Amino acid sequence: MKLGLVIDLDTCVGCHACAVACKQWNTSGTTGPLSDYQPYGEEPSGVWFNRIRHYEVGDYPTNKTINAPMSCMHCDDAACVTVCPTGASYKREEDGIVLVDQSKCMGCNLCSWACPYGARELDEEAGVMKKCTLCVDRIYDENLPEEERKPACVLTCPSHARFFGDFDDPQSEVSSLVRERGGYAMMPELGYQPVNKYLPPRQRPKAPTVAAKQSEDSGGLIAKWLKRQKDAFNQLGEG
Amino acid sequence: MHPALSVIFFTVTSGAGYGLLLLLGSARLSGIAPEISSNQTLFAGIVGLVLVTLGLLSSTLHLANPKNAWRSFARFKTSWLSREAVFAILFYPICLVWLAVVWAVGNSTLSLVLGLFVAVMSIVILVCTAMIYASLKTIRQWNNPLTTVNFILLGLLLGSLILLLMLHQQNIVVSRLIVISVFLISLSALTKIIYFVWIGQPAGPTINTALGFTRATVRILDVGHSSDTFLNKEFGYEVARARLIWLRCLCVLLAFVVPAFLVSGVIGEVGFIHLIAAAFSAYVGVFVERWLFFAEARHVVNLYHGRQQT
Repeated sequence: MKLGLVIDLDTCVGCHACAVACKQWNTSGTTGPLSDYQPYGEEPSGVWFNRIRHYEVGDYPTNKTINAPMSCMHCDDAACVTVCPTGASYKREEDGIVLVDQSKCMGCNLCSWACPYGARELDEEAGVMKKCTLCVDRIYDENLPEEERKPACVLTCPSHARFFGDFDDPQSEVSSLVRERGGYAMMPELGYQPVNKYLPPRQRPKAPTVAAKQSEDSGGLIAKWLKRQKDAFNQLGEG
Repeated sequence: MHPALSVIFFTVTSGAGYGLLLLLGSARLSGIAPEISSNQTLFAGIVGLVLVTLGLLSSTLHLANPKNAWRSFARFKTSWLSREAVFAILFYPICLVWLAVVWAVGNSTLSLVLGLFVAVMSIVILVCTAMIYASLKTIRQWNNPLTTVNFILLGLLLGSLILLLMLHQQNIVVSRLIVISVFLISLSALTKIIYFVWIGQPAGPTINTALGFTRATVRILDVGHSSDTFLNKEFGYEVARARLIWLRCLCVLLAFVVPAFLVSGVIGEVGFIHLIAAAFSAYVGVFVERWLFFAEARHVVNLYHGRQQT
């Protein structure tokens, strides 16, 4: 089994609900608490397993806002596990989840240096490294109804931009989404083979403008027909 | 990267200690100081061990949970930090046996062989320390062969200057060691300057490959947090360009130029004042060098915080 997430950059609205749900579940979970430093002070800060950043891709008028939630990618070749000197960081054989054994960690920060995705954060209160567990204390919990055995971030996402499943199973929802929507890994060139995949924004027809409408209306019948064929041809490759 | 003083002190001071023990262990065989007596070896050896120990103690200050430090021997197979820890601990009995043999038996074949063993161990530990940084693909300023070369050469450089000072005080002819010191200064200055030029070329992942949008410009709109996070504090360290250039010049001046002039006898005959000034200047210079090594390193996670390239 190779468990991981698929995140749809097309539908993510950047509301941070996944990060809040993650914090809520995990602060009282097996790796909790996720310490906060001066939560009601001037500069509130703390440990989060999931962070969302917002970008502008492309230049006006073809620009687009992209919200990118990022958590542990549960890499196939996890450098954080390779560099860990104590054996506190490990990748589970059975499902590929990367975890930190809190009782072994000495807080040297080296795993966070090795991670390109900023997925690991030191809990300054506890003195140990903390990271996304893929809600390992939830997805196998048989006391929960089956449809709730998913990571907290996936369950809470209001725009259904997050999917959880087994990438080893080609019939799973995550595998077919990656196949059909061209799911890709972030920063693949470092070679850590991240399991989590991101779905690119869908191609949509351009919004009609006055200038485009005028140019469409100009010309004779044959020119209009040719233009329609050309547009249809150009849209062939777009999903 | 945030330049943590405990780690800077550790790499510089332990590096100097291992450099010193490397030269001392091989001193009789390499002809650096063939006529060195057993008491002189013992004294210099203890100084080397003190430097190494001070550095290693300082490195534990960097740990958020030092009570688990003993566990760092567990992953020898994969982790350079673990290898460094294992070899650093193994080094103590070997070095102490060598010094005990030197003290009890004096200069003998056994002490010669053990001394060589100490020298080999020293270089192995210097390589392990450097590889902790050089093995990280996330930081291109570290992930290159010059990191290891610089760690070894600068450790040797400091070690040679400290050894030079001690031997000169004990009236041993140091002309050969002076040649070696000047050679080490020139070589390490060369590799360090190449390193400075080398890391000036942007390379590796960009904000585009980081997010997967490789056919359009990508700009950060919002980092998603209102005050500093662990990631900002650990990886977001930035040095102003003017300050960087100033510090690089200071590093080259103190670590290489000043010691080279003092040791080579250009400024008067080499005496105690010259040698202690050279060792002190080089130590401060290498300290600045190590501070820059951390401060100039840019982790790829900064791409997600809006940097276009590292």
